[in-house]
Amino acid sequence: MLKKNGFGIIRYFKRYKTSWLMMLPYLIFFFVFTVLPVVLSVILSFTDYDMVQKPIFIGFENYFQVFLNDEFFVVALKNTLIFSVILGPASYVICFLIAWMINELKPLARSLVTALFYIPTIVGAAGWGVWRLIFSSDQYGLINGFLMKLGFVSEPIGWLTDEAYIMTVLIIVQLWMSMGISFLTFIAGFQNVDPTLYEAGMMDGVKNRFQELWYITAPSMANQMIFGAVMQIVNCFAVGEVSAILAGLPSTGYAGETIVTHIMDYGNLRFEFGYACAMGVILVAMMQFFRKITTWLIAKIGH
Amino acid sequence: MGISSRRSKIGNGFTVFLLVILGMMMAFPFYYTLIQSIKPSEELFQFPPRLYVIRPTGEHYTELFQLMSNMWVPFSRYLFNTLFISIVGTLLHVLLAGMAAYPLAKHKFPGKDALFALILLGLMFVGQVTFLPTFIIIAKLNLLNTYWAYLLPSIGASLGLFLMKQFIEQLPNALLEAARIDGENEWGIYYKIVLPNIKPAALTVFIFQFVNIWNGLSKELVYDEQLKVVKVALEQISSSNLYARMGSGMAGSVLLMLPPIIIFILTQKNVVTTMTYAGIKE
Repeated sequence: MLKKNGFGIIRYFKRYKTSWLMMLPYLIFFFVFTVLPVVLSVILSFTDYDMVQKPIFIGFENYFQVFLNDEFFVVALKNTLIFSVILGPASYVICFLIAWMINELKPLARSLVTALFYIPTIVGAAGWGVWRLIFSSDQYGLINGFLMKLGFVSEPIGWLTDEAYIMTVLIIVQLWMSMGISFLTFIAGFQNVDPTLYEAGMMDGVKNRFQELWYITAPSMANQMIFGAVMQIVNCFAVGEVSAILAGLPSTGYAGETIVTHIMDYGNLRFEFGYACAMGVILVAMMQFFRKITTWLIAKIGH
Repeated sequence: MGISSRRSKIGNGFTVFLLVILGMMMAFPFYYTLIQSIKPSEELFQFPPRLYVIRPTGEHYTELFQLMSNMWVPFSRYLFNTLFISIVGTLLHVLLAGMAAYPLAKHKFPGKDALFALILLGLMFVGQVTFLPTFIIIAKLNLLNTYWAYLLPSIGASLGLFLMKQFIEQLPNALLEAARIDGENEWGIYYKIVLPNIKPAALTVFIFQFVNIWNGLSKELVYDEQLKVVKVALEQISSSNLYARMGSGMAGSVLLMLPPIIIFILTQKNVVTTMTYAGIKE
């Protein structure tokens, strides 16, 4: 219909002028600072680029290098997958269960617990300093102090400097600070389940609170669960700054390297932007892939 | 009849027990930050470290303020930078995203679904992932080392628009129709009907965005000391010497944590209301 004459697009914008005018200011920022970075990443990922010289087209060379020639990308990929495939779902389930437990508390207790679980997410960088003290590598570190006092170890452990422990510490800190927004979504979701569904469920033979959760509560908040999952996936794949701050960039033996810190390494320190962008594209593609799988899984539970 | 009345007492007791344990684990780092910030120096370096303080002192806070006033740039400047960027960035985002959310939620136009799908996809393109191309764009726009480098990227984030769009969708159409019959145009409807009714969503987006900017201000984009923010300044103080500055570093952490915490506690109810509508349909 729009293509009937050459002015289809003009007619379209004339007709929907108000809608587009209202969206225009936001969309400018959205395209320049949210969409364009990804598009630019894709383009630059096929080039050799250092921001000084013009980008040189080199085809898939960066991607070959990433997968075939970069031993630390393998470490970064493995660690990112630990955060996203193991820690992510674990944290998601914990959030869900805690939100479920809180749901039946009195309103005051409920908001207190909500604040307690959500606040670690919003203090961000300000919360990391204390973890450096807790896991400090000498005897003044809290954990080392206690382990030594109790006689479990005689020498302080390098929690943030020893390859064997870096990931464990990062996982604990990440878990602490990743309950955030998906948790809030669940809180809201639980409060919004239609109470008559529970009564109906009782008639249909739902016996205990776990059956109720599985057959009634979870399906009726599937949309919230998908939103929570998307947020969780973003959180997990974006882990990086916490590693750079706590374990250093690069961490000892690259033990705490994630894809994001690997991008920082190549982008901010070595100025190999084309290569770093290729890793960014891989990261975004992985996020999208996991989002599809997760959404599909949750939608299945919902029916 | 409430749901809880059918619950077993043992189950409830177990729930409360588990919540108390988990809650203590979540709260502990905050407790320890606070304790370390009010321990006198001799207690900070005791072995083994104590979980309580015997002689609390405010000396680290005084020291922190002294350190900050001795810096080349006065601390008030960092504070002004941070507040200016956080507040202006957040307000601009809420205003522009809210205005875009209204047609996306309530108008009908071809291409709307595709646009919204793109915005949903944008939920994944967060700053932590796209920082590098964003840096290149800011550099090409000649905005490096200006307030804009901090400000602009956050305005186009997806999450705020998404939350407000979902919230506006559930406003009754009758409300809008009534205004239309009264001769209001779409802009008038937005300002007089929609905006006053999306207060919970706007407040929620405000806190998310404020917290994002407060925590996310990257030091790569701005290198002029005059334009740096509190977070970066405090990082410079505490990272220069973790031990000599342990107390004042912790005092700085406490101060840096306070604004997001206070804002969240004040707006918590609105946040939960907003999240009720935050589902993604498949």
